[in-house]
Amino acid sequence: MDLEKLKEKLISIVPTAEFEENKQFLTAVIPSDKLHSLAKKLKESEDTLFDYLFCLSAVDWTTHIGVVYHLTSTKLNHNIVLKVKTTDRENTVFDSVTDVWKTAEFHEREAFDLMGIKFKNHPDMRRIFLEDDWIGYPLRKDYKDDVNIVEQ
Amino acid sequence: MTETTENYQLDQEEYIINMGPQHPSTHGVLRFEVSLKGEMVRNIRPHCGYIHRGIEKMCEKNTYQQIIHLTDRLDYLSAHSNNELVCLTVEEALEIEVPERVKYIRTIMAELNRIASHQLWWCSMGMDMGGLTCFFYGLRDREPILDIFEETCGGRLLLSYNCPGGVMYDLHPNFQKRVKDYIKYFRKKLPEYDALLSGNIIFLERTKGLGVLTLEDAISFGVTGPTGRASGFSCDIRKTQPYSAYSKVDFKEILYTEGDTFHRYKARIDEMWESMNIIEQLIDNIPEGDYAVKMKPIIKLPAGEYYKSVETARGELGLYLISDGNKSPYRFKLRSPNFINLGALASMVKDTKIADLVAISASLDLVIPDIDR
Repeated sequence: MDLEKLKEKLISIVPTAEFEENKQFLTAVIPSDKLHSLAKKLKESEDTLFDYLFCLSAVDWTTHIGVVYHLTSTKLNHNIVLKVKTTDRENTVFDSVTDVWKTAEFHEREAFDLMGIKFKNHPDMRRIFLEDDWIGYPLRKDYKDDVNIVEQ
Repeated sequence: MTETTENYQLDQEEYIINMGPQHPSTHGVLRFEVSLKGEMVRNIRPHCGYIHRGIEKMCEKNTYQQIIHLTDRLDYLSAHSNNELVCLTVEEALEIEVPERVKYIRTIMAELNRIASHQLWWCSMGMDMGGLTCFFYGLRDREPILDIFEETCGGRLLLSYNCPGGVMYDLHPNFQKRVKDYIKYFRKKLPEYDALLSGNIIFLERTKGLGVLTLEDAISFGVTGPTGRASGFSCDIRKTQPYSAYSKVDFKEILYTEGDTFHRYKARIDEMWESMNIIEQLIDNIPEGDYAVKMKPIIKLPAGEYYKSVETARGELGLYLISDGNKSPYRFKLRSPNFINLGALASMVKDTKIADLVAISASLDLVIPDIDR
């Protein structure tokens, strides 16, 4: 499917989606409550078939915090990037997409561990790299740790 | 009666043992929490992070030239491809076209690196399955490649040969001859690998039909590299998004549909043949010219987001880079193939014997520093 059609399709599912400028991929910012239903539809619809989540990144934009989903279809060969954002840094929660793409389980645990984003309905929401009693989330821009120095 | 540990349930006859963090078959510091019923594996939970170094965070504080030396230390057996990824991303963002010579050098080096990596995988897989001879064969054949690397750039394992804009130094005058001699030598030696292991009845019985990963699961888990291709997932970045000189060479993407341990093994053996084909097509045609484009000492990428991926020996290594226009990246997210492939391990080992867990995890070819970035 070409980009224009993909854009129309996305708007027909989520009318409030905002599009960002990006040379490489079609990039859309999705309201976080629509994320899970959109993911399911994008994977299952005959004309989109986004079956491969090749990257899931947690990003701290300082004003916002959120997750970026890089999707591709192995059958139809088109890509899309979805973003969800929130300003709530204390209790950052998004819906998990583990039931749609199994690879999300590890990705989301990493996002929780290093960026402090919790995922609702995740089967095993624990830290993956750091100790369970680690305080703070190292990849956040406001993270300070005097003992384990990460700043230069 | 059932007992709950943290958040999963154990049957009365089930018990948990730890495999690792110091265990020869995890090839590094990785711990599997294996829940067993008798000898049968019911579930495993990998525990990572023993050697997490925070490379992504460190990259946010370093310049692009410095980052090269950190990405070496991800999947250290594919050090060249890791560096190439950073260079390609920077060059693409700055819209720099590198000389043809650089593309050829990078491709040849990446393929030599792939062969060396598969050799080490082959010998350690043989060792995991009880064949110590393999280990010596693999290391014997890997040594000349490391010597070639050493002569070219001084490094044997962590090359740091790539730099944004090209490569650090020009090729050594001996390079072409030595590579050609090596390919001639290894073409004779690779059939020995088959004679030793691929046709061995004990090996076949321990690997065929074991740890099957279906195509649907492979895509859903995002399993790439030879592991994914053994399940029929056509995911070779060298074919789907050719970079460097891969568009100029003719090679086969190794695909199998069985998805078991043996075909993951077979895919890697076949890949070594293909890598030799690629090198042979390029080695005589390296164009003359510069080995690097002159770059500014401080590189600043235009603000924006970039995604690029390369094919390492273990699968798709992706880089999601956000730049805010400064000399170091704002966010440097790595999609490392080993981390993602590890996620699929639990589904592969369900209801197999504990000895099979060793064979299956060996067939995934995990490199721990790439999991714990």
